Amino acid sequence: MIIQGLAFLLFSGILSISALLVITARNPVHSVLWLVLAFFNSAGLFVLLGAEFIAFLMVIVYVGAVAVLFLFVVMMLEVDFVSLRQGAMQYVPVGLIVGGVLFAELVFMYGGLEIEAVNQAVTEVQNSQSIGLVLYTDYIFPFQVAGLILFVAMIGAIVLTHRTRPGVRRQNIAEQHNRKPEEAMEIRKVTTGTGA
Amino acid sequence: MIDFNLVPLMPEIFLAITAMGLLIVGAFQGNCTLRVISWFGVGALCLALFMLTRIDWHLGAVLNNMFELDTFSAIVKVFIIIGLVASLALSVRYLFDENIVRFEFPILILLAGVGMLLMVSATHFLSLYVALELQSLSLYVLAAFRRTGLRSSEAGVKYFTLGALSSGMLLFGISLIYGAVGGLAFDDVAMVAAAGDVSPLLIVGMVFVISALAFKVSAAPFHMWTPDVYQGAPSAVTAFFAIVPKLAAMALLIKLLMGPFYAMALQWGQVLYALALLSTVVGAFAALVQDNVKRLMAYSSIGNMGYAMIGLVAASPAGVSATLLYLVLYMFMTAGAFAIILSMRRGDLQVLNISDFAGLSQTRPFLAYGFAIILFSMSGIPPMAGFFGKLVVFEAAMEAELYVLGTIGVVSSVIAAFYYLRLIKVMFFDPPEDAINDDTPFARYVVLGVSLAMVTFFIFKPAGLMDLMDSAAQSLFIS
Repeated sequence: MIIQGLAFLLFSGILSISALLVITARNPVHSVLWLVLAFFNSAGLFVLLGAEFIAFLMVIVYVGAVAVLFLFVVMMLEVDFVSLRQGAMQYVPVGLIVGGVLFAELVFMYGGLEIEAVNQAVTEVQNSQSIGLVLYTDYIFPFQVAGLILFVAMIGAIVLTHRTRPGVRRQNIAEQHNRKPEEAMEIRKVTTGTGA
Repeated sequence: MIDFNLVPLMPEIFLAITAMGLLIVGAFQGNCTLRVISWFGVGALCLALFMLTRIDWHLGAVLNNMFELDTFSAIVKVFIIIGLVASLALSVRYLFDENIVRFEFPILILLAGVGMLLMVSATHFLSLYVALELQSLSLYVLAAFRRTGLRSSEAGVKYFTLGALSSGMLLFGISLIYGAVGGLAFDDVAMVAAAGDVSPLLIVGMVFVISALAFKVSAAPFHMWTPDVYQGAPSAVTAFFAIVPKLAAMALLIKLLMGPFYAMALQWGQVLYALALLSTVVGAFAALVQDNVKRLMAYSSIGNMGYAMIGLVAASPAGVSATLLYLVLYMFMTAGAFAIILSMRRGDLQVLNISDFAGLSQTRPFLAYGFAIILFSMSGIPPMAGFFGKLVVFEAAMEAELYVLGTIGVVSSVIAAFYYLRLIKVMFFDPPEDAINDDTPFARYVVLGVSLAMVTFFIFKPAGLMDLMDSAAQSLFIS
């Protein structure tokens, strides 16, 4: 129990700090890296809650895909972050108001609640197993149609972005194998002191 | 799972596998296979239609109550497949003319078709959502299909952004319904609603779901995207947008309103009333000032969806039957209209302004007379089929004592007649401009011929189609 309490404090503490650093870091690449750390810690919080499936998704989808995508965008596109940052301070009051409202709502909702220990079930819960049990049986139809949707997404991405560029050199293995030494190179006798 | 039975899904599975096979053919053989793949797709659709008519339509819900082929959805599917065949047949030559020869086009249309077929059979909010997304995602890609064109890209981005917003609304509504009901199957919702246990949560969820679907059928006030997307997308795609997805989304809306939400008719009646009223008025007035014929068709489709919804407000078998008949007749008319619009080319360019139709009766008389018949039908001039579509809808409204809505519908249909008749006037009485190319392909003539036959000969045997729609509507109300 005490270990879980400490783990909760550790995860939520690092989460808060890294979330703060995401928006205050000067270098956008550092921002993204702090974001990755924040995702990892929230995944840790989900594990503490016994929702290990959401924790997997957090790591696989957010860290593995979304954050890496961000990193690629930040590193590969030439976005002028300095000019983006200009005038950002004028949104601080709005942000504070929205944050304050959300915080007040949370206080009102949970302030009166008797918080019970919810993490006693950690050892018995197998929610990824129970999802696996219904995914291919009860929900086979939406699962397969979701597969078709991904198929369409793949075709769409290729249709909208792929173009055939002329003059691109590609490796043609059959052509390489069919080359004979006499076409490919010329053998010369080089006498000492004269050069080829 | 006891109800694991794939027989009712045969047409969809067949089409999906065909699309994958054709994709492999295209990937290895390149874009020169576009023509082959398109006509192969048309053949596959005809085969799927044949399968659909051979399956027992009363097998009940399968796959954990996620999918059901009943009489209603089967009849709607028949017309969806016919619409898909028409839009594929219209598009092939256009892609070559416009130099966007990419073999993915027919494949995306087939996959969008699979989405639509699955959509009208959904009996569970989860399957509804995934099928709707399959359809929408294919449509977003198709809207941006001419990716080098600025307007096409704009249409794609606009459609995608607003479509994602509507998907969000749909999901939010579904989550509220889940919170109120504790289940996502249509039967669960119907049971809770019929027990008189209609919580505000359920009503708010229902309104969100209806709004999201109103976006998909482009009913005012959710119509903003329609004119821009219709104008920006390549014309063959616009034809596809106008012909098929509207029918599928409206059928889904009918299925929801007459199924899980039927006990809440008092509540959704007001929503549908507002949607129908606004759509007819917006469709009639905004189209008056349009110069581009594709934008004109967009506003016309908004207005026509309004008329179709008038039948739904009545919430009776007669109303549903009237709506279905209206939608199917509208589908046939649009297919014919776009067969002509796609043929409007001068040299290498498409000409889409209304002034370009000037004197068409002298340069291309067949197209002009065909278009005139379709436009007469759309504006509701009696011997044509469009008149009967409007007649049954307004009749259903009068039977349900919706006098105000019916009257406003009739008045706006009279106003809408102005812009249809203006096109006829331009074609027949204005001096001709430069000649329109006369290389209209055979397939387009076939589509136009079928559409004209439907429009003119419907009066001789209206009972066939009307009985079909009646049986579709009845099957919704039996259970």
